[in-house]
Amino acid sequence: MYGKGLRSLSIATVVAMSAALSLVFFYAPLEAEQGFLQKIFYVHVPLAIISLCGFVIGGVLAIAHLRTRDARWDYRSYVVIHMSLIFALATLITGSIWAKGSWGHWWVWDEPTLVSFLIVFLLYATYQPLRFAIEDPERQARYASVFAITAGAFVPLNFIAVRMSTSFLHPRVLGSTSNLPGPMALTFLVSLGAIALLFATLCKYELTAKHTRAQLRALRRRLAAETPGSNRDGAGARSAAPSAIPVSRPTAAPARTSG
Amino acid sequence: MSAATSTTPAAPAAGRERPAATQTAFWPTVGALLRKELLVELRTLESVPAMSLFALSTYVVFHFALNRGSVEGDLAAGILWVTLLFAAILGVNRLFVADADQGGFDGFLLAPVDRTALLLAKVLTLLAYLLVLELIAVPAFSILLLGAPIGPALPGLIATLALADLGIAVIGTLVAALAVRTRARDLLGPLLALPLFVPIVIGAARATEPLLVSAHRGEPAARWLATLAVYDLLFGLIAYALFDFLLED
Amino acid sequence: MTTPAVEVSGLVRRYGEREVLSGVELALEPGRTLVVFGPNGAGKTTLLRVLATLLRPHAGTVRVLGSAIPEEDWAVRGRVGFVGHEPLLYRELTARENLRFHARLHGVAEDRVRELLDQVALTERADEPLRTLSRGMVQRVAVARAVLHEPELLLLDEPYANLDPAAIELLAPLIGASCGCTRVLCSHDPSGGLDGADVVLGLRAGRPALLAQAGTLAPEDITELYR
Repeated sequence: MYGKGLRSLSIATVVAMSAALSLVFFYAPLEAEQGFLQKIFYVHVPLAIISLCGFVIGGVLAIAHLRTRDARWDYRSYVVIHMSLIFALATLITGSIWAKGSWGHWWVWDEPTLVSFLIVFLLYATYQPLRFAIEDPERQARYASVFAITAGAFVPLNFIAVRMSTSFLHPRVLGSTSNLPGPMALTFLVSLGAIALLFATLCKYELTAKHTRAQLRALRRRLAAETPGSNRDGAGARSAAPSAIPVSRPTAAPARTSG
Repeated sequence: MSAATSTTPAAPAAGRERPAATQTAFWPTVGALLRKELLVELRTLESVPAMSLFALSTYVVFHFALNRGSVEGDLAAGILWVTLLFAAILGVNRLFVADADQGGFDGFLLAPVDRTALLLAKVLTLLAYLLVLELIAVPAFSILLLGAPIGPALPGLIATLALADLGIAVIGTLVAALAVRTRARDLLGPLLALPLFVPIVIGAARATEPLLVSAHRGEPAARWLATLAVYDLLFGLIAYALFDFLLED
Repeated sequence: MTTPAVEVSGLVRRYGEREVLSGVELALEPGRTLVVFGPNGAGKTTLLRVLATLLRPHAGTVRVLGSAIPEEDWAVRGRVGFVGHEPLLYRELTARENLRFHARLHGVAEDRVRELLDQVALTERADEPLRTLSRGMVQRVAVARAVLHEPELLLLDEPYANLDPAAIELLAPLIGASCGCTRVLCSHDPSGGLDGADVVLGLRAGRPALLAQAGTLAPEDITELYR
């Protein structure tokens, strides 16, 4: 169920990434003010958009988990958020490089996207510590889902709030694609698609790996329970089959009839 | 004093003759919970004195850290809100501790009550703590650090405090419930709360900036108060929807 | 034929990937007492908590007092009294304040609190913080809390631990065999536990190893479980 389509997805990602990179380096024109460094925009912005969408999707998957109580939704939510966090870190790093190159500082408070990202990153960085601090797996999944929904709702609100408060002294280069000339817009869109595919593929890999590991554990447990002489489950060699023991018949006490 | 029924009865009970399932009415439940909270706090005096003393000490630290006798404008707003926020976090950390450690969740979960009553009771409790905190911390701030007269600033300040407190109480309750039954509860609480508080800090600080000056005093811009109100409303809805999931075992 | 007070079929409760309860079956007539035996970790407390609506079943059907859990668990609360390992009381409040709080939550009149404090012989110490009382006394208050709302079903997890014989006698009319309610009791005492039991369930590693009418069993059958 999980492994299907993994190969075609990977191939599509490789193709898209190559296309995007070639466009970025050979097709997109050099920007007048910032020169070559501006090209990092084709990586930084798609990373930002995809990770934001990822966080929100993680929240939606968490809603599905709370409604259906099916642990698979929690797996998906976890993987998507985890991947988005990595992409968010990449966003911050590329953004920082761009800031250093363009304005000479490693960090600028005037770029609301970057600032909101920092806050969102700090919030989601607590997701895994939260999960690992709860031992009961069902409660862990439930609490993580509550967090994912709260944080997912927070992402857009935070953006709006930060944008409202940022001064507009520096020209914001992260405008919408409608402002971009043709070749740049094309490169940007291809790049966006490639990074989206990369995200989806990596998530699928992680989900498949998790699922496989869970299946392996389940098989090991069944094997241990059915091996004669093993007392791990406490049911012992006497009742190897895990099916329900007939009611009103004491199996532990021989030669006693039930009432 | 008998209960008011508010839900339909279940199938007739076997054994005893007794009215079928009834649920205790909502507001009396909130009242009972609130009474219990305030009673425990009055006996132990764990949260409110700590919050207030923390705020006062922080002002002193700020004085030495900034090496200034008085502050105004955005610096004043910043110091005021950061201090209030960190003091609030102390209260947030302790909010569910008595319940988690002394089995209070089970006791509540076994009762035939609407679980949202607990959310509301805790939010009101935290609001009460914040109120007392501010009654001490704001005058202290105006005496110790503020370079401008506080009188004329009060109406705007009170409006901002009210809206910000509501947000802090709602988010604080949600985060406290999330953090209390985890291993690192004292660390996770603040780590979760602070990013969620950022929009409140933005709204509250920007709103109070124009108030805390001696010359050219302004009014809090409506958009910041509106931001706070919208944020409070949205998180109120989220807390209402999600709180029950945190109570289950 | 009356509806059973407790009906459980194929109950499964997991903790992660491990099954804490696997396929528990039982039916209990109203007014009867079920005693659950089993080594530590066998799932007795979990079973009790599922019946109390504190835990959801992961599979199987559970009906308590005619209502299905978890779909209709709101109908069950308020008709069940639970005595667990924890007293579920606030240490800083007095016995009276604790009981009053629970009385309000259950919509029970104030006089009932006074009445119960008398019945558990704690009227003189009723206004001291619970942390000043001995464990035995706290347990008495916990039992009072559990029966405050006159429940039809009592779920008792080793209620007599920490109690001296005088206290046990004191509580007998409230939670003992003579109280008239349906009872599910967890016990570790093979001979004492069998007294007053109508049905016996033995759990081992979450599985029902034994389910029989109490009259047909001897204490040795119980100690078998612990091997």
